[in-house]
Amino acid sequence: MENVIYKFEKILKQLNITKSLDKIAFLDNNKQISYKALEVNALFFATKIIEKTNKNDVVCILMKRGVDMAVMMLACIYANTPYVILDDAQPIDRIIKILNIANPKLIVYDSDNFTKYEQLKDYCNLYINSDMNVESVDKNVVFNRVNQIVSTDPIYILFTSGSTGDPKGTVVSHLNVCSYIEWFITCFKINKKTVFANQTPFYFSMSVSDYYATLLTGATNVIVPKSYFSFPVKLFEMMNEYRVNTIYWVPSVYRLIYQFKLLDYVKPNYLKLALFAGEVMPTKILNDWINHLPNVTFCNLFGPTETTDICTYYKVNRKLDNDKAIPIGNACKGLEVFLIDENNKLITDNSIGELIVKGPFVASGYYNNPTKTKASFIQNPLQDKYPEIVYKTGDLCYYNEYHELMYVSRVDFQIKHLGYRIELGEIETILNANFSVKMGFCIYDKDNDNIICFYDGKITKEELNTYLESKLPYYMIPKYYLKLNDIKLNQNGKIDRNYYQTNFNELLKEE
Amino acid sequence: MKEKLIELLTKLKPGIDYQNQTNLISGGYFTSLEIMRLVMLLQDEFDVTISPLYIVPENFESVDAMLHLIELVEDD
Repeated sequence: MENVIYKFEKILKQLNITKSLDKIAFLDNNKQISYKALEVNALFFATKIIEKTNKNDVVCILMKRGVDMAVMMLACIYANTPYVILDDAQPIDRIIKILNIANPKLIVYDSDNFTKYEQLKDYCNLYINSDMNVESVDKNVVFNRVNQIVSTDPIYILFTSGSTGDPKGTVVSHLNVCSYIEWFITCFKINKKTVFANQTPFYFSMSVSDYYATLLTGATNVIVPKSYFSFPVKLFEMMNEYRVNTIYWVPSVYRLIYQFKLLDYVKPNYLKLALFAGEVMPTKILNDWINHLPNVTFCNLFGPTETTDICTYYKVNRKLDNDKAIPIGNACKGLEVFLIDENNKLITDNSIGELIVKGPFVASGYYNNPTKTKASFIQNPLQDKYPEIVYKTGDLCYYNEYHELMYVSRVDFQIKHLGYRIELGEIETILNANFSVKMGFCIYDKDNDNIICFYDGKITKEELNTYLESKLPYYMIPKYYLKLNDIKLNQNGKIDRNYYQTNFNELLKEE
Repeated sequence: MKEKLIELLTKLKPGIDYQNQTNLISGGYFTSLEIMRLVMLLQDEFDVTISPLYIVPENFESVDAMLHLIELVEDD
């Protein structure tokens, strides 16, 4: 039965048998919670949610990232009400945009977010303040709801920014989470001895892996304060204190530690498994980590929110050159991925095509958005005998000589320049392999048919141009270079390409 | 040296009262990328090497704390 609560209850039973219900499930820098208390707290809040909702009503969680939020997410799952995590740091306008789409029945907020909730009252008048004294409750009340869960019921709705800037809410079901986590914990041997250091916020799909893998194995999850990722000495101290052995972070965190040369001074002593996803990891940074931590397993994960978190992965198993991209590997077990060309035909050689994902990790669609759902959740183009929905990722890939997938770029990044089809990602791989470049990327000025390169680093434009000319064919050489002191990132810590695509003319003029 | 540092900080992120502010980090004035950029700038402009072991919040909370840090690493 694909039901997260049944699986979680099974773990509780196992912990009970070994008398280890006091084991810590989640902790942050203020608070920690054992499995026993986690269940009691989540059941209590579930009864409060059940009083105010019907099953499958949407509940928004407006809370600080931490243990209490982790509890509230579980409470929503018990109540069979899909949750939406609202980032309490984001502008009120964006929260309102999300509320307009999600149309929640209830908002749960903590005392830190009381003033924020006051501004949102008009959008949702039912609320719960999470600062309550928890009492033990009748489990049967909650299990009336739990027993009604069917595996295709939504468990959460995760909002990402669409290319137009309007948020899109991906609806993820029990079936999606159970299938995905089953793969994740089997592939990476996650068990009750695992200690995660959570970095990604709970409104970001990467957190699905460490959150649910914790619940469904009886592991421990250390929710690291955001500020520690600016001061990584603290981060490593915390990791060593709690014996963190597994990390799943965005490449920018790996980059920060690399640039501070932190691994020359301190090491995460218990680390065994280092996973990364969310952005392209520059190979020179990965190689530096491998050189410092030769006994750690490194793995590149790849996938969109729409496939729960991940659809392909590559365990680093050989030496990779700094100027070669890291493969995204092959499909997760239980899933199928394939490439199609512009005519929706299957690609069988090594040419570039769009990545399509088929299988139980593929989400139900976008909440309250049939147009966008139809555009990306499509009938399998390879067969028309029966209905079968697959997800069209919008990502271009090809197979390398090891039959591993290589990520090229988003479909929208593929450009035609001087008659050649060019992937900006290919230029970026070479750009970021240079040791003097801290971070670099390219955009395409369609109107004037120019490639423009933005970078931050200790290298002049002329030197960079000479370097790229030595590595790339002439038609891939940028026309303009712009040295930036501080590259603007979006709220997920990725390069804000939309900003640079819209404003490059002004930025070039300022130069 | 103090003026130079304030000038640098203002260039990095304008609109903050660097003379008097003593909670630059705990007050959340900088993003992690800005802190990284700040460390790189200090190393370049004051010609010092800051060991990552010194990159802790206390050393960046105020202009005085940063000056103290620079003096400390100059002696290293």
